[in-house]
Amino acid sequence: MDLQFLTYLIAGVSFALYIGIALWSKASSTNEFYIAGGGVHPIANGMATAADWMSAASFISMAGIISFMGRDGAVYLMGWTGGYVLLALLLAPYLRKFGKYTVPDFIGERYYSKIARFVAVLCLIFVSFTYIAGQMRGVGIVFSRFLEVDINTGVVVGMVIVFIYAVLGGMKGITYTQVAQYCVLIFAYMVPAIFISILITGNPVPQLGFGSKILNEDIYLLDKLNLVLNDLGFNDYTKSIRSKIDVFCITAALMAGTAGLPHVIVRFFTVPRVRDARTSAGWALMFIAILYTTAPAVSSFSRLNFIDTIHNSEYQTTPQWFKNWENIGLISWSDKNNDGIIQYGPGKALENTKPIFSNQRGENGERVVLNKPSDNNNEIYIDRDIMVLANPEIAALPNWVIALVAAGALAAALSTAAGLLLVISSAISHDLMKKIFRPLINDKQELFYARMSAAIAIAIAGIFGIYPPAFVAQVVAFAFGLAASSIFPVLIMGIFSKRINSVGAISGMVSGLIFTLSYIVFFKFISPELNSPDHWILGISPEGIGVVGMLINFFFAIIISSLTKPPPEEIRTLVNKIRQPS
Amino acid sequence: MKIKLSYWSANILIVIFLLSIWFLSSFGAGILFTEYLDKFQIGGFKVGFWFSQQGSIITFVLIIVLYCFLMNRLDKIYNSEGE
Repeated sequence: MDLQFLTYLIAGVSFALYIGIALWSKASSTNEFYIAGGGVHPIANGMATAADWMSAASFISMAGIISFMGRDGAVYLMGWTGGYVLLALLLAPYLRKFGKYTVPDFIGERYYSKIARFVAVLCLIFVSFTYIAGQMRGVGIVFSRFLEVDINTGVVVGMVIVFIYAVLGGMKGITYTQVAQYCVLIFAYMVPAIFISILITGNPVPQLGFGSKILNEDIYLLDKLNLVLNDLGFNDYTKSIRSKIDVFCITAALMAGTAGLPHVIVRFFTVPRVRDARTSAGWALMFIAILYTTAPAVSSFSRLNFIDTIHNSEYQTTPQWFKNWENIGLISWSDKNNDGIIQYGPGKALENTKPIFSNQRGENGERVVLNKPSDNNNEIYIDRDIMVLANPEIAALPNWVIALVAAGALAAALSTAAGLLLVISSAISHDLMKKIFRPLINDKQELFYARMSAAIAIAIAGIFGIYPPAFVAQVVAFAFGLAASSIFPVLIMGIFSKRINSVGAISGMVSGLIFTLSYIVFFKFISPELNSPDHWILGISPEGIGVVGMLINFFFAIIISSLTKPPPEEIRTLVNKIRQPS
Repeated sequence: MKIKLSYWSANILIVIFLLSIWFLSSFGAGILFTEYLDKFQIGGFKVGFWFSQQGSIITFVLIIVLYCFLMNRLDKIYNSEGE
C-alpha cells in the first residue's frame, strides 16, 4: 500500500482513539477538569506524565540534534532526565501533599501573596506558550511531509483534535488520551530503532546495538563512526567540543528547568496519595528512559546511514526520500564543483545558514538555491529536525513503519500541547479569575472560564503554528532557562525553608527572570554577532545562563527574606503539614 | 512533635544521599571526569561517553526506584502512611 494512504490510515485510527477516549472521560467539575478528580492510578499517571513530558522536541528533534552534535548532545539526555530526579525527590511528593490545583496555587498560598501568585502566573504563561509553539511546528512538519497537505491545514486539524479532548475532557480526558498517546509514541519510536539496529549491528536491542560491532565487520559502531567522520574532516563523534563549564551549565539549566515545568508538576496532583506521587514518578521516568536510552543509539545509526547513503553518490540516483525532503525545503544541495555528485563535509554549506529556494531546477534536477555558497566543500544543507522522521526511509524500512513514525510524532506533539493548554487555562480560570479578580464565581462558572480560556489558548497556539514568529525556534530552548530561574527556586525554597517570605520570593523570581531574559535577549536578538564564547559571562552560553539566574533568584530571596520579617505562624504550620506524607 | 522532626531529618538524609549519586553519575561521570573514564572501554563504549549518553539515565531510574523503597519504609517506621 502506498505511504500516504497508510499514514492517513494509522494517523486517522489514532485520532479516532483519542477522541473516543475524550468522550468517554468528559470532565463535569473543576476538580475533574484541573486534576482528573485526583483518582488516577500511579502507572497510568506514569504513562501520562511520560507522554506529557516527551514533546515533539524529544520525539522529532532530539536524536537528530545529537546526531550532529555527537557527544555534546548528552546535555539534552542528561539535562531532561536528570531534572526529572529533582522533580521526583524535591517537589512531587510535597506538592501532592499540598494538594491544590495549580503551581501558582502553591506559590500564592505559601508566600501568602496575590502578587507572588500573579508573577507565577506570568512566568507560567510565558514558559508554556514558548513551549507550545514548538509543538505546533512539529505538527506542521509531520503533516506537510507525510500527509502532503498544507502546513496550515495540518495545524488546524491538530487544533481541532486538541480542542475536542482538552476543552471537553479537561485533565481527565487529557490523562487517558495521554496514556494512549504514550503507547503510540513509544511503539512508533522503538519499531524503526529495532529494525535499524538489526540492519546495522545484528542486535535487536538498540541500546546495546549502540555499543556493538557492525554486522560482518570487525569494528565497533562508534569507532567506525569516528573513522568515517574523521575521513570527512569532522571531529570524533565521541569527543566533546564545548567547554566544560558551558556543558555543565546547560545541563544544570535544563535539569532545573525541567523540574520547574508546570504542566509536568500538575500531573502529580492527579494521583490519590503522596506515596502514589512517588511511585508514579518512578514509573514515568522508566517509561521516559525507554525512549531516552534509545535516542542516542538512533542518533549514531542515522548519522552513519546518512553519510553512507548520501556522500559521494550521484544526485540523480539518490533515493526518493532525499528529493521529498528537498521539495519541502528541509534539505538542499548545491553542486559546488559541478560534478553531479553529492559531497558532504564539515561547515555550513550555505551562507546565511538556511536555504532560500528559487523556482528553478538545476541541470541535475535539484532545486536551485539563491544563497551564496560558502567556501568549504560541504554541499548539503540538512535540517536536523528531520533525522528521526527520515531515518526509516533512509534505512529503506517498509511503508507501515514510516507511517507509524508519523503517527508517533503527532502523538508526542499533541499530548504535550494538551498538557500545556491545560495549565495555561487553569492558571487563567483558577489563579487569575477565581483567586485574584473574581473570587465570587461558583464552580460551574469557573469551569466555564476554564473551557473558554483553553479554547482561546488553542487558538493562539494555532496562530503560532500557522505564522511561526521567526524567534520561536530560538526561544523554545530558553523556556527551560526561564523556568529554572523563576519557578524552580521558589518552589524548592517554599518546601525546604520556613524563613523565606513573600517579599523575598517575589524579588527572587523577578530578579532571576529579568537577568536570564536580558542575557538571552541581548545575545540572541540585540547583538547576535557577539554571541560567541569570547563575549559570554564566564564562558556560559545563553542556553546555560538559566543556572546563573537561578543562583541570583536564590541569593536575593534569601538575603531579602532575612532582612524582612518572617512569614506568619500559619505558613510555618502549612510547611510542616506538607512535609508529612499523611 | 519530636518524632515528626526526626521523620523530616531522615527524609532529608535520604534525599541528600540520593542526590549525591545523582550528581556523581551525571555531572561527575558524564561531564567532570568523563575524559578520565574514557580511558576504559566496555564493549563498544568508552565508559565516560556511555555515562553521558546512557548510564546516567539508567542511574536516574534506579535512584527513583530506591527513593520509593526507602521512603515507603520510612513511612512504615513512623507509622504515618498516607491514606
